[in-house]
Amino acid sequence: MKRVAYVLGLPLVLFAAWYVLSAGSESFYAPPLSKILESFGKTWTLDRLTADVVPSLLRLTAGYAVAAVLGVAVGVTIGLNRWVRATVEPVLEFFRAVPPPVLVPVIILFAGIGDGMKVIVIAFGCVWPVLLNTVEGVRAVDSIQIDTARAYGIGGPALIGRVILPAASPQIAAGLRQALSIAIILMVISEMFAASNGLGFTIVQFQRSFAIPEMWSGIILLGLLGFVLSLLFRLAEGRALRWYHGLREAQRRS
Amino acid sequence: MLEVSSLNKVYRSGAREVEALRDLTFTVDSGELVCLVGPSGCGKTTLLRCIAGLLEPSGGKVRLDGREVSGPPPGLAMVFQEYGRSLFPWMSVRDNVELPLKQKKITRHRRATLVEQALDAVGLAGTESAYPWQLSGGMQQRVAIARAVAYEPSTLLMDEPFAAVDAQTRADLEDLVRALWQRLEVTVLFITHDIDEAVYLGQRVLMLSSSPTVVQDEITVDLPAARDQLHTRADPRFTELRTHVYEQIQAAKLQPGGANASS
Repeated sequence: MKRVAYVLGLPLVLFAAWYVLSAGSESFYAPPLSKILESFGKTWTLDRLTADVVPSLLRLTAGYAVAAVLGVAVGVTIGLNRWVRATVEPVLEFFRAVPPPVLVPVIILFAGIGDGMKVIVIAFGCVWPVLLNTVEGVRAVDSIQIDTARAYGIGGPALIGRVILPAASPQIAAGLRQALSIAIILMVISEMFAASNGLGFTIVQFQRSFAIPEMWSGIILLGLLGFVLSLLFRLAEGRALRWYHGLREAQRRS
Repeated sequence: MLEVSSLNKVYRSGAREVEALRDLTFTVDSGELVCLVGPSGCGKTTLLRCIAGLLEPSGGKVRLDGREVSGPPPGLAMVFQEYGRSLFPWMSVRDNVELPLKQKKITRHRRATLVEQALDAVGLAGTESAYPWQLSGGMQQRVAIARAVAYEPSTLLMDEPFAAVDAQTRADLEDLVRALWQRLEVTVLFITHDIDEAVYLGQRVLMLSSSPTVVQDEITVDLPAARDQLHTRADPRFTELRTHVYEQIQAAKLQPGGANASS
């Protein structure tokens, strides 16, 4: 009860402040919140949600999943092999430094303007935090844990699956969390460039056709979406890494 | 049976060479409990990693039950000093004990039996679903011992397993090791820096020199097989033996490389 109050407290205050302060607004570009909320209900009907929000979410999921699988797989390979790491790391730093939106025009050239392009853009942006965190996590696995496993005949895939990945999972989760917010940003950006549906596309459409309250309502929806996704992520992480939080708690107490 | 012959290990980093083990030869017979003591930094861990097949020796051989060790041998279980780092914190006690058995392709039913018996044998029945970090240090080390016992090894390597637990827990665990060894008839090589512990536990005690390591001396512990913390440690023979070991370790500290190093 108290936690819910903490979570919802400040957002409600901010919303109320926005509502009150914008109540008498005459500005065309910053309409009163009451008007925005009114158009929110009218704009985001079930049809609209299936037509625009679902495609966006599918692209997001696909791009994020590709980045997660690729990032973890390549990250484990690099993390386990000192020579690969020494060779690849400078190049990784370079690619990571390239802002993914810059690549949208390039990727359009190769992958067209379909869903493939958007998935690639999202995947390209999300893969770096996952990859680099996985490398760090795998490198930091306790040598005693690995020795123990090996002494008991656990090697190869079993060593990776049962020891190295779980041991690195807290760090991998940190990478996945960073990647999630990047994924939402890139989902919107890729849809703003060239698309025929999706949240980013719709918001730009509203802006171009001077449907200002509708545009604002889209932004609010986007914010809500990001909030819900990060909440879901935290729930999943809390479950998967319960051992880790318990371990940390136990170490703090001793 | 564990045979170590002319074992030598040199670490190289760039142009620098550090000789950790010079020339180690000893045998542990099947079903024997042998303790290794040595001054700190005498290459005990290096030796152990060579025996466990985790480290390639530079020279010499390790043979376990007649087969040369070139990777982790199947009949060998190991208990590490750092229980907190050798148990997997993401697994329950049961899963920790069971994991090596899964790798051995033992049937599910048999695994359940082995895990239960092993936890029972170390006095941890009822903690199966707890995480290791929810237990005290001594109990965690019992989990590690249970994992080794469930593995049904022919040889058990213990690397200063009780160095990090308090004195009373330590006494209990020492008796547990002796009891398990007598019951399971396994070969035990127990490494420690505690001279009293070595004499109390072992049938034989091997003393190592400081690094580069050789076997400095060895004694047979002619104390009765039934030992207990109170009477064994008060036995005049116990005092004699520990004095002898102590003198040898002190001598080893003074002349690095041991008796053979003069050549």
